[in-house]
Amino acid sequence: MTETTAIPTVSANVPLLRVHSYESLGTYDGPGIRLVVFLQGCNFRCLYCANPDTITLQGGTLTPIDEIVQKALNEQPFFGRKGGVTFSGGEPTLQAEALIPLVDALHKRGINVCIDTNGSIITDAARELYRRTDLVLLDVKQFNPLRHRTLTERDNTNTLATAAFLAEVGTPFWLRYVLVPGYSDDVADIEALCRHLQGNTALQRVEILPYHTLGMHKYEPLGMEYKLKDVPYNTPQQLDAARELFARYFADVRVN
Amino acid sequence: MTMEKTMQFKPGLWESEINVGDFVRKNITPYEGDASFLSGPTERTLKVWEKCKEALAEERENGGVRAIDNHTISTITSHKAGYIDRENELIVGLQTDMLLKRAIKPFGGIKVVEKACHEHGLELDEHVKEIFTHYRKTHNDGVFDAYTEEIRTYRSLGFLTGLPDNYARGRIIGDYRRLALYGIDRLIEVKRADLRGLTGPMTEARVRLREEVAEQIHALEAMKVMGSYYGLDLGRPAATAQEAVQWVYMAYLAAVKEQDGAAMSLGNVSSFLDIYIEYDLAHGNIDECFAQELIDQFVIKLRMVRHLRMDSYNEIFAGDATWVTESIGGRLNDGRTKVTKTSFRFLQTLYNLGPAPEPNMTILWSLELPEGFKRFCTQVSIDTSAIQYENDDLMREVRKTDDYGIACCVSFQEIGRSIQFFGARANLAKALLLAINGGRCENTGTVMVKDIPVLKSDELDFDEVMENYKKVLAQIARVYNEAMNIIHYMHDKYYYEKAQMALIDTDPHINLAYGVAGLSIAADSLSAIKYAHVKARRNEIGLTEGFDIEGEFPCYGNDDDRADSIAVWLTHYFSNELKKYPVYRNAVPTMSILTITSNVMYGKKTGATPDGRERGVAFAPGANPMHGRDNHGAIASLSSVAKLNYEDALDGISNTFSIIPKSLGATREDRVDNLITLIDGYFKKKAHHLNVNVLNREMLEDAMEHPENYPQLTIRVSGYAVNFVRLSRAHQLEVISRSFHDHF
Repeated sequence: MTETTAIPTVSANVPLLRVHSYESLGTYDGPGIRLVVFLQGCNFRCLYCANPDTITLQGGTLTPIDEIVQKALNEQPFFGRKGGVTFSGGEPTLQAEALIPLVDALHKRGINVCIDTNGSIITDAARELYRRTDLVLLDVKQFNPLRHRTLTERDNTNTLATAAFLAEVGTPFWLRYVLVPGYSDDVADIEALCRHLQGNTALQRVEILPYHTLGMHKYEPLGMEYKLKDVPYNTPQQLDAARELFARYFADVRVN
Repeated sequence: MTMEKTMQFKPGLWESEINVGDFVRKNITPYEGDASFLSGPTERTLKVWEKCKEALAEERENGGVRAIDNHTISTITSHKAGYIDRENELIVGLQTDMLLKRAIKPFGGIKVVEKACHEHGLELDEHVKEIFTHYRKTHNDGVFDAYTEEIRTYRSLGFLTGLPDNYARGRIIGDYRRLALYGIDRLIEVKRADLRGLTGPMTEARVRLREEVAEQIHALEAMKVMGSYYGLDLGRPAATAQEAVQWVYMAYLAAVKEQDGAAMSLGNVSSFLDIYIEYDLAHGNIDECFAQELIDQFVIKLRMVRHLRMDSYNEIFAGDATWVTESIGGRLNDGRTKVTKTSFRFLQTLYNLGPAPEPNMTILWSLELPEGFKRFCTQVSIDTSAIQYENDDLMREVRKTDDYGIACCVSFQEIGRSIQFFGARANLAKALLLAINGGRCENTGTVMVKDIPVLKSDELDFDEVMENYKKVLAQIARVYNEAMNIIHYMHDKYYYEKAQMALIDTDPHINLAYGVAGLSIAADSLSAIKYAHVKARRNEIGLTEGFDIEGEFPCYGNDDDRADSIAVWLTHYFSNELKKYPVYRNAVPTMSILTITSNVMYGKKTGATPDGRERGVAFAPGANPMHGRDNHGAIASLSSVAKLNYEDALDGISNTFSIIPKSLGATREDRVDNLITLIDGYFKKKAHHLNVNVLNREMLEDAMEHPENYPQLTIRVSGYAVNFVRLSRAHQLEVISRSFHDHF
């Protein structure tokens, strides 16, 4: 994992995070109303990535973690009983070292924390982060190793290991699965994934994320090519079928 | 139903004095449950509503006005009984003899009425014109006789706009409940006693008040006659639930027959009426279906209220609004909820009859409201976008009473005990341009404020601009105050609201409700000057025609204190300036941050501003951040507005929030949960008001192209709701250009 070392997560005394942007009304990344902190830098190269501007490990704004605590406190009245802060990205666990004290600080103020991750980073810091997180949103892109590579240019072994690790340490997670026509909607692949995760005691919910191209316009200015131009949106029938498929294995399955 | 026996209520102060608030506190049945008890519309209701829908379609096809009675001067007794569908109407009474026929009310201004008739293809009755030209002076004539040159210039150049000098001021809420609880005979008795007590010395104020109370008594007598046209004995108290609704409506009807005030609010009648409905339900006189039917039919009547307006009136108050504002929910000071089943029944009309802008239903939101009611309110918002929310915890804490309603859009008013003088608004953005242009109007070069030094350089210096701005604000406050004193003096003199004032205590507390527009533009402009480099581009006579901005600056609406604190300061500063001048009738000055729809017209009249806004571009409405600049998401935007202090703007801080349904969450349940949490959070931060629109932009665009498919599409604008298809194209485009929070 050469990528992890590229980010200076900890400066002298104040941990810094490379932040891409914020969304103060997050309603799709964990329960309730959430402050979503999009962190800069990702180790995956998903073909359908909606935030390609968060991929590079450079860029973003180096932000002291106290500043993020303050933002969260300002927003705390809006969190209600269920909401809180979600770290997304990018891949937040690349900056696990700086996130650990931040999560502690948020917990001290009674703020719930979610991590939206591809689960591929297995370091001591990432493990520690998972232990402290209230809920992990685990994005599994594909179960089939070959198709996972096609879709992300990376391997899925660690992601599946992370799912097992979460069960081991008792951190609940929601499985998030983007349904890309032709890339991740094969019935056999989905069934294999379901069987693999069936006994996982930490898995609380499955969220099927419909494929969309809302991030496509960001590619050209970045000098990148969007390779899924010809992939159509899911039909309602496809989404229903996928939901029914997952629902054979899991109690709580939703289409987001 | 038997009507011989009078209803028995729990005793209290309300028996020995006129005190409806006490009656409600003693007799209310708070309801903590959910919406499952509600009934759909009855066949009778649907028949009546069908007739209304036909009339509404006719009205739309006929350029927005179905018919005008251009001969009869409207008074409480001017028109005999009118019906929609007599055999199916449970609640009766129309303003004229025909549904949606508008009446002439020339006491506000004869030229206005003449023009309004003319614009709709009719000529005003010659005789009426003669009377009001040669024999009876109007409010409008009085104001312009007294206006100074200076006021006229501030008005015509757009520094002060929307002043109620050629239309009725409105904003006074009669305690319409009094008619049902006491009957007219008792009310007359009490007013007569008040009049007897108003003895010397006969100062001008005392003479005026004596004449006013005498007028009020005449109005009460006239209401009784009006009731007799419909076979109703309004002299006695209401004796059934149906009568209670009918009596309250008759009192309101008298008000809207006599006056065409900009906003004619209803008050807080729902939980009062609930007491009568509960009584009849408990005694087996009616069932839930009938209870809902009463409210549905009452609401139909409120939806059919019309005033005759000139086309240009539409610029400031778009969409033919009447502001029949009804305040629903809230808490009593003793901690009980004021939510009753009839609170739900009012909201249910939006399902039974479909969405509509009137009555302007306003939820008095407390963190402690019963969960079932919170869920129903937010569900109704998500389904209809027709309701708004105000912070009950904040208003009760600051204003001390639990018996209040909302005047017009967002303004607190204790019912029956206080009134307010409406004051339109001053343009804070245009005022800033005076500070940058040596006190001259940026469009015409007219010197508005003397002794404002010309800026030393084209690159704007924050301290230098601020020093000038403070001087300008002081002068605008002075002129504004002078205008208001003249307007309200003349309104009392020529167009006194005798029907409404007959239902209010004899010597009420009065607020003078000033207002401001362009807050976000002024704040962002000052932020740009402070944090970026702003250079003025000037024309040949030295007036700014544009600004070049180098560098970044924080904008109001992103929960960034650097910009938000400027908006907070400006609100506080101008509010204090307004408090420095003597006010007619010793009214207490307050201020609102509310534009109605005048933000479009204000923008038109304002040159380019240092925040980069081009000349003529619409302002954001009310206290909203400027569209497109609040880019940290909805919560950050709400948090910025929540920083404005209610104490600095006691007349209300209006925020209009538009969101696409998906942004609230994936499922209907998530959306309801999240909207509750969002409103709770906003009000926990001591924010004052929130309009909630849950809509897709595409739908609005489609409605612009195919208005016939969206006759009931309702959206919230600044403090009220309108039929989207009745807005002008400029207003429709402005609504669509607003920030729709749709990031996910």
